[in-house]
Amino acid sequence: MKKGYFGIFGGAYIPEILHETFRRLTLAYEQARQDPNFWQEYLDLMENYSGRPTPLTFAENLSAHFGHKVYIKREDLNQTGAHKANNVMGQGLLVRRMGKKRVIAETGAGQHGVATATMAARMGLECVIYMGAKDVERQRPNVFWMQQLGATVVPVTSGSCILKDAINEALRDWVGSMDDTHYVLGTACGAHPFPEMVSWFQSIIGIEARQQILKQAGRLPHRVYACVGGGSNAMGIFQGFLDDPQVDFIGVEAGGEGIASGRHASRLASNAGRLGIAHGYRTLFLQDDDGQMRETHSVAAGLDYVGVSPILAHLHNIGRVRFASASDQEVVAALKILMQKEGLIGALESTHAVARAFAEMPHMPKDSVIIINLSGRGDKDIFTIADALGDPGWRTFILDKAHQYQKS
Amino acid sequence: MHAATPSLLETCIRNSPDPILLMSHLVLGYPSLEENRKVMDAMVAAGVPIIELQIPFSEPIADGPVIARANQESLANGFRVETGLNFIAESVQRYPIPIIIMTYTNILMAQGFDPFIQRAAAMGVRGLIVPDLPLEEAGDAIQSCQTHGNNQLDWIRLFTPTTPDSRLELLGQGASGLVYCVARRGVTGRHTEFDPQVMAFINRCRSATRTPLALGFGVRSREDVQSLRGKVEIAVVGTAAIEIHLSRGAEAVGSFFAGLR
Repeated sequence: MKKGYFGIFGGAYIPEILHETFRRLTLAYEQARQDPNFWQEYLDLMENYSGRPTPLTFAENLSAHFGHKVYIKREDLNQTGAHKANNVMGQGLLVRRMGKKRVIAETGAGQHGVATATMAARMGLECVIYMGAKDVERQRPNVFWMQQLGATVVPVTSGSCILKDAINEALRDWVGSMDDTHYVLGTACGAHPFPEMVSWFQSIIGIEARQQILKQAGRLPHRVYACVGGGSNAMGIFQGFLDDPQVDFIGVEAGGEGIASGRHASRLASNAGRLGIAHGYRTLFLQDDDGQMRETHSVAAGLDYVGVSPILAHLHNIGRVRFASASDQEVVAALKILMQKEGLIGALESTHAVARAFAEMPHMPKDSVIIINLSGRGDKDIFTIADALGDPGWRTFILDKAHQYQKS
Repeated sequence: MHAATPSLLETCIRNSPDPILLMSHLVLGYPSLEENRKVMDAMVAAGVPIIELQIPFSEPIADGPVIARANQESLANGFRVETGLNFIAESVQRYPIPIIIMTYTNILMAQGFDPFIQRAAAMGVRGLIVPDLPLEEAGDAIQSCQTHGNNQLDWIRLFTPTTPDSRLELLGQGASGLVYCVARRGVTGRHTEFDPQVMAFINRCRSATRTPLALGFGVRSREDVQSLRGKVEIAVVGTAAIEIHLSRGAEAVGSFFAGLR
């Protein structure tokens, strides 16, 4: 198979001007991967900066409720509250090796932007984050934090003003700045070596989860659930069990307002994704007959993306990963249960995995062992969640606050 | 490999008596196909000898803000690839100059690489520029150009300042028609200083291929074009013409081009 390909997916479809940059990045990545000291340095950094290993929490009340053994992998406990930290800290170490002084990144919900900004602060790098103008509006708290951390946030007003357009804008920066700049891509997508490299850094999730489940449950799980936007948290946890054919993987995409409505971001479960090439790689994209990318929709900004990791597209093709979707409504309902039964505030993205597990558990043989990857925490979603729940107290609070600002 | 006899595009470039040729760039459907037609009339009347027509794509990663916005607005106005291809076919008939298609890989892929290229060849298009399909991935597309093009449809390669000499040579060996030289890092539209660095880059390009060179990215004024005389066969003017069209209309584009040489 050609380098950087996973079945028919992957590759490096990049402008000629970036060819040399990718050649050098691939080389740096391959050298790091062969150097055991690099991985040890990464583990040490993640242990004392990001609190790893993250726990695998036995969800006692959910287990009793569903009649199964439900375990939750707590990526929400990472530095900045999501699995994104695993990727950015790894790439940060690589940036150090390559001697670059500036990092750029795209962000949708803002989680990857905040994570990149913390990494840049810690490693003393200049940092510019590209974010769709619509997302800047929807995710002000994350914009605030990125700026406080010293990053420059550039609102992107081209295209549909969302994540995919932020990727395009970051690439436009990079074709001019590659000499001193590294592009910290946030997920297991894009041109080779990004899908493979990001998955490698995220594999820390699955490596830990496998040891933890064997210790706690005394056996491998029957099923592992993870939400899939670009696919990095799913790749992270699935890799821990890829060589165990008895473990089933379920990737959960954003069902939005329902697959039939057309307003969703489900590329695989909906069968709507068509083979295409964009953003530097070949995968299944939500696109029209002309090859133009479609608008996507999800209550969770981090899942609102037209493409999907080429590695996951391949694992889907060969039947190793099953794909399903959860609608906005199902996700909000599941989040309520998760909070009230286990005291966990999951991110809306991550709660897609929770919602699908809830939907499937009643149909599984009793006492099945299940792992759900809780890829991030939901504090950042307080505005969206409060709206979805129609919380009157929150509404009054915001109105009062606005009133105070108006007076001052 | 290098064609035994030069292609139609290359012959047309080599036979021109002008010391430097201008290649212009239009985004189809922006602001409308009717306006595209008016601008092309004006360009051809002003002596522009090669025109590059861009089929819009929703993810134009290699384009700067002006052309990216043109892509987006054309699509927002309902541009369809089929209409665009018909417009290109008419343009080839209407103007006595070579027409080149520029677009992104996914547009070809949606139609099928081979059917797209076969159709472009049948229409009489003289070249294809696809900036996100690097040489390593372009094998089949180049093959299709040779199969259907009969030495009349060139797969146009790109040279950039970050391309090492060894790779320039690899790209240059199989080049035909013209080679598109990207004058500097960054995207289209910003101004380029045509300083000794650019001239050194042009010399590297010249050593790597016998195919005519077209230099683009940031060519905006008569002065720019003059400084390229005798250095490259073609100067590519894209963003500047789109800006003039928007601010001063189609006729102004004609006098702009007439004043460049």
